[in-house]
Amino acid sequence: MEILLIIISAIFVNNIVLAQFLGICPFLGVSNKLSTASGMSLAVCFVITLATVVTYLINKFLLVPFGLTFLQTIAFILVIAALVQTVEIVLKKVSPSLYQALGIFLPLITTNCAVLGVAINVVTKEFTFGGTAHLMGLGEATIYAFATSLGYGLAMILFAGIREHLAMNEVPKAFRGLPIALISVGIMALAFLGFSGIV
Amino acid sequence: MSKFSLITKGLLKENPTFVLVLGMCPTLATTTSAMNGLEMGLATMFVLILSNIVISLIAPVVPDKVHIPVYIVVIATFVTVLQLLMQAFTPAVYKTLGLFIPLIVVNCIILGRAEAFANKNGVWDSALDGIGIGIGFTLSLTVIGIVREILGSGAIFGWKFITGDGMLAFVMAPGAFIVLGYLMVLFNKIAKK
Repeated sequence: MEILLIIISAIFVNNIVLAQFLGICPFLGVSNKLSTASGMSLAVCFVITLATVVTYLINKFLLVPFGLTFLQTIAFILVIAALVQTVEIVLKKVSPSLYQALGIFLPLITTNCAVLGVAINVVTKEFTFGGTAHLMGLGEATIYAFATSLGYGLAMILFAGIREHLAMNEVPKAFRGLPIALISVGIMALAFLGFSGIV
Repeated sequence: MSKFSLITKGLLKENPTFVLVLGMCPTLATTTSAMNGLEMGLATMFVLILSNIVISLIAPVVPDKVHIPVYIVVIATFVTVLQLLMQAFTPAVYKTLGLFIPLIVVNCIILGRAEAFANKNGVWDSALDGIGIGIGFTLSLTVIGIVREILGSGAIFGWKFITGDGMLAFVMAPGAFIVLGYLMVLFNKIAKK
C-alpha cells in the first residue's frame, strides 16, 4: 500500500516538472518533437534511478560515517557526472542500438537538475507515505526515484504532444516560441493540481 | 566593450531569464513572493561572481579536456560555502529556498557564463560580468516574485493591501509558468521592437 502511495504521489501529485520545478531546461528544450521527448525521457529515467541508488549508498556508507555530509553537493554532482560518462561508455559497448536511440541526450543529463534534485531530496527530506515522517530506506528511495522519473517522462511526452499541435497554429507574434509553451505548461500544471487530493 | 556596458547588458540585451532563458528551475520555483525571488537572485549572484573570478584565473592552466569537471568543482565549492554561510547566518532563508540552494550547482547560467565569458576574459571583466548578469537575474526573479505575490496573496514584499486571500493558483506551480509566460510576452514587445 505504501509503495503504491509513493508511486502515485511521485508521478501525479508531486510531479517533478509540474509541481517541483525540476528539470525545466531540458523539458522546454527537447519537447518540440514527440520522438526526441521520448528518447530524453528514457535516458532521464535510466540515469535518475541509477544515480539515486549510487548517491544514496555513497551518502550512507561514506559521507555520514565520516561526518562529511557538508560535502554532499560536491560529491553528488561529481558522482552524477562520472556516472553519466560511465553509462555512456558501457552503453556504447553493450547495446549500441539503445546508445543510438539516447544519442546526444545522455551527456546533457549531467546538468539536468532533476537528477541532483532527486538525489539530494532522497537523503535529506523526510517523507510521509501513510505512516510517520521518516527518511527513506534504499528500497523506498529506488522506487521513489523510478516513479519520479516516470512522472518526468509522462509530463514530457504529454507536453510534446501539445507542442506538436501548437506548432501548426497561428500564434500571435510576441507569444511565439517559449511564451506560449510556458503558458501551456501552466495550464497543464493546473490540470495536475487536480490530483492533489489523492494522497 | 566598455566596463559600464558589462554591467548593464544583463538587464536587457543579455537578460538571463527573458532573453537567454537560462536557470528556469529556480526562476519558477522560488518566486512565490518578491522577497524569495530577491533572495534567490542574490544567492545565485554570490556564486556567479566568485566562480567567474576563480575560473578566469585558472582557465589558462586547465587542460581543455577536463575543463567542464574542473569548472563544476569550482562552482560546487562556492555553493557549499554559500550553504554553510546561509545555514549559519540566515537559517530561515535557507529553509525557505531549500533544495534550490544546492541546485545552484546545476544552474546553467553559472556554467554558461564560465564557458561563454570567464574563460576568455580577465579577472576584472569577469567579475563585472558576474555582477551584471547577477543583477539581471535578481531583478527578473524579483519582478516575477512581485507579480505572483500581488496576484497570489495580495501583497508586495509582505505588505498586505487586500483583506482575505488572493488567487492561490498564482502562488502555486501553475501560476509560475503562466506569469513567466506573460512576462516574456511583455518583454518581447518592449525589448525587441
